[in-house]
Amino acid sequence: MVENLLEVRGLRTHFPILSKILRRRIGSVRAVDGVDLDVKPGEVLGIVGESGSGKTTAGKSILRLIEPTAGSIVFEGCDITHLPAAEMLPLRQRMQIVFQDPMSSLNPRMTVGRILAAPFEIHGVAKGADARARVVDLLRLVGLPEEAAGRYPHEFSGGQRQRVGIARALALRPALIIGDEPVSALDVSIQAQIMNLLKRLQGELGLTYILISHNLGVVSHICDRVAVMYLGRIVESGPREALFFDPKHPYTEALLAAVPSPDPGARRRRVPLGGDIPSPANPPSGCAFHPRCPSAMPRCAVEAPLPVALGGGHSVACHLHEA
Amino acid sequence: MSAAVAASPVVAARAGVLRRFTGHPLALFGFITVVALCLSALFATAIAPHDPLLLDTSRRFLAPVARDSFLLGTDELGRDTLSRLLHGGRISLTVGLVAMVTTIVTGSLIGLTAGYIGGWVDTVLMRFVDTMLCFPQVFLLLVVAAFVPPSLISISMIIGLTSWMEVARIVRSEILHLKEQDFVQAARALGASRARIMFHELLPNIAAPLLVAATLKVASAVLVESYISYLGYGVQPPLASWGNMLTNAQGYFDTVPWLAILPGAMITLTVIGFNFLGDGLRDALDPRLRMDT
Amino acid sequence: MLSYIGRRVLQSIPLLIGVSIIGFALMHLAPGGPLAVYTLNPTITNQDIERIRVVLGLDQPVHIQYFKWASGMFTGNWGNTFFGGRPVLDVILERMPATFLLMGSALSMAILIGATIGVLGAIRRYSIFDMLATSGAMVALSFPTFWFGLMAIYFFAVRMGWLPSGGMYELGEENNLLDLLRHLVLPTMVLALVISAIWSRYTRSAFLEVMHQDYMRTAKAKGLRPRQRLLRHALPNALKPLIALLGIELPALFSGALVTETIFGWPGMGRLFVDALGMKEYPILMGMIMFTGLFVIVGNLLADIAIAVLDPRVRLG
Repeated sequence: MVENLLEVRGLRTHFPILSKILRRRIGSVRAVDGVDLDVKPGEVLGIVGESGSGKTTAGKSILRLIEPTAGSIVFEGCDITHLPAAEMLPLRQRMQIVFQDPMSSLNPRMTVGRILAAPFEIHGVAKGADARARVVDLLRLVGLPEEAAGRYPHEFSGGQRQRVGIARALALRPALIIGDEPVSALDVSIQAQIMNLLKRLQGELGLTYILISHNLGVVSHICDRVAVMYLGRIVESGPREALFFDPKHPYTEALLAAVPSPDPGARRRRVPLGGDIPSPANPPSGCAFHPRCPSAMPRCAVEAPLPVALGGGHSVACHLHEA
Repeated sequence: MSAAVAASPVVAARAGVLRRFTGHPLALFGFITVVALCLSALFATAIAPHDPLLLDTSRRFLAPVARDSFLLGTDELGRDTLSRLLHGGRISLTVGLVAMVTTIVTGSLIGLTAGYIGGWVDTVLMRFVDTMLCFPQVFLLLVVAAFVPPSLISISMIIGLTSWMEVARIVRSEILHLKEQDFVQAARALGASRARIMFHELLPNIAAPLLVAATLKVASAVLVESYISYLGYGVQPPLASWGNMLTNAQGYFDTVPWLAILPGAMITLTVIGFNFLGDGLRDALDPRLRMDT
Repeated sequence: MLSYIGRRVLQSIPLLIGVSIIGFALMHLAPGGPLAVYTLNPTITNQDIERIRVVLGLDQPVHIQYFKWASGMFTGNWGNTFFGGRPVLDVILERMPATFLLMGSALSMAILIGATIGVLGAIRRYSIFDMLATSGAMVALSFPTFWFGLMAIYFFAVRMGWLPSGGMYELGEENNLLDLLRHLVLPTMVLALVISAIWSRYTRSAFLEVMHQDYMRTAKAKGLRPRQRLLRHALPNALKPLIALLGIELPALFSGALVTETIFGWPGMGRLFVDALGMKEYPILMGMIMFTGLFVIVGNLLADIAIAVLDPRVRLG
């Protein structure tokens, strides 16, 4: 058994709701409400869910871009949950993030060269000519020409900008990259190119990915495992094949129904998913999915289901599947 | 596709800024006025036909163009008005610029800190801004100016330190918007310090509104300086400033009005120049900030 | 509504504290502190100063002094003047009517002129009139008020002799309303210039903003005539930012009044302030700083309440 690169236990990230004048806490938005994750080195984990499911907050909490409220994050054997910024700094070289919208994630007032040199400056790895040479290497690695270094982000196309975003994440040779909807903002024709680039880089550099997406179809072909999130919790997780061909949770089935099937003849239960995701400020009682669940039972409204291991790394939290 | 970098829209964007600016006759007027004033202030010693401090009671109150070497006449002590206007301009612009820098630096620091750090720091700083805004600037200014021995630097600093509040508000609101952008999170993910994010990542992004504010602040600083110098708490005689030239001229109002008209006209011209320039820059650089959108 | 007023008053408290701290700090940062005037007097010995220090409570810790001073402020005990030993608040209040008369007449004139120009400019946006009005407002904003005042005196009083050059009354004419009005004309005109420029700019943009709203298009589609649209739909909505402006511009109005009063020798608070400055009358200076600060807080409070009366969204939201 390989040791885990990342172990997340009981991760909770709640945002306070403050009253208007006196700024007293009158409630909280439970964006992430108890997430457990294990990620092995070299693995690609997909986190899938509708917008509002807390998947982005979970990703950012793991990197401590958002401070988690409770739980623990162990990265490379080190508990980073409460590490002060100074001690966190060396670890930041080991874990990076690629954002959804490269227009917003690249500083519009900096040339690509400066954007890519920033990681070296911050960590005192390289300066001047050395840094410039490394920037050129990075650009080549992601398939951009050397001249790109002198240009500003708005001079590039969306796909090219995302390549810059990926190059920045790679600058310090991290072990883990979290991709927060890395291709959702791109044209469909470009999405495949970027996914292929991510896959190639993973092979070449031995990276570990957590890819966050609302679209199972986009990330599925490079994921080894998939976790499905709903209202701040993981409702089902398991190897890609298990999830795709034998989904257990009604929510996973509903998500799959939205993915175009590669095999038009294949019979799949079509589950229409009505309504919107409820507010994480006021989640439903019991199983959070029960108001939208086609198979909801009376106990679903009262009792929250616990995750149950089904073997082969597949687990589900649903009253339909009791141990 | 990776080899071909898209044709540069930045050139087009810059051309757009230039076109919007030059297509704005008042802005162009402001720009030319400001350049002319700066040049005349810079080369005042070379251009001025006389020593601005040289007294000669034999030639008091010469009318403009009465004698060719005294193009704009002389004052009550026989000093050459043109030379005094030129040197006074140097003083006014110096005060205007130093005050502007003080304003922009203070306002940006406070606005950046409040906007980026947020939380109680933001609350405290913004309450401070609100409090400072309760006082009429001239009152605050005069009280402090009366305490401090007047010098060019002290006057400029006082003006700057009583007028940074608007800048802080502008900067803060820009930062509140900018800090939601992912590039700030990307910098944090890389481990960038707060200072690096504030000054390296965020500050360059508010250059345009700061430039506009800076231009308008020069105008208001020149205005305020002339007034406190007129009251005698600013630039001290014998050093010429447009404001204190007016103080002297007031005594000879009914007989030699040009002595009062000329410095006032220079103040007005300078303030109009900077205001038009700033307004034009605002329209050209940042259409969002236009008054009428 | 009451709860909105309550909340809004609560929000003013930090400002009140802030204003009093700055006022107090200024007094103590002054060279020589509150005793500066005595140190200038050669006949007063160090022992005398020490005695005055104890009498005024200046030997006590700073925070005690602050609380004493602040509670004095709220109970109307604003200290006494150095020269003459009169209560500061009395001296200031004595000058208040003159200043408020000037500010009131200038403000009404400025709003009348500025708002009219602004509305016309917004209706005929980018017309010749609008262009002239906008650039004219910019020029007016750039005018040094005190110089404009001097020029007005030169032209209307010295050259033409139409109006008095300063003061509030001719000697012995203290109860002559006509005489007062004649004295009021020039200062009002001078003070109103800059304010009307500000008002025309804001009115124009407030109306432009309103005129692009969907409800204006609906009103047009319903077939309402332009006058009805302007009065019934645009005006009430454009009024809110303008009422807010009334509060926001109060400090500038005080500054303008100070400048105008010094030029015209108008016996108001501004004149009092400048005279106190020359005599290093710190109690009056600090009193004036506090007075204007408090007045601005109250003014903004009233403006916000007026806005809430007009717009239910503000008081409920």
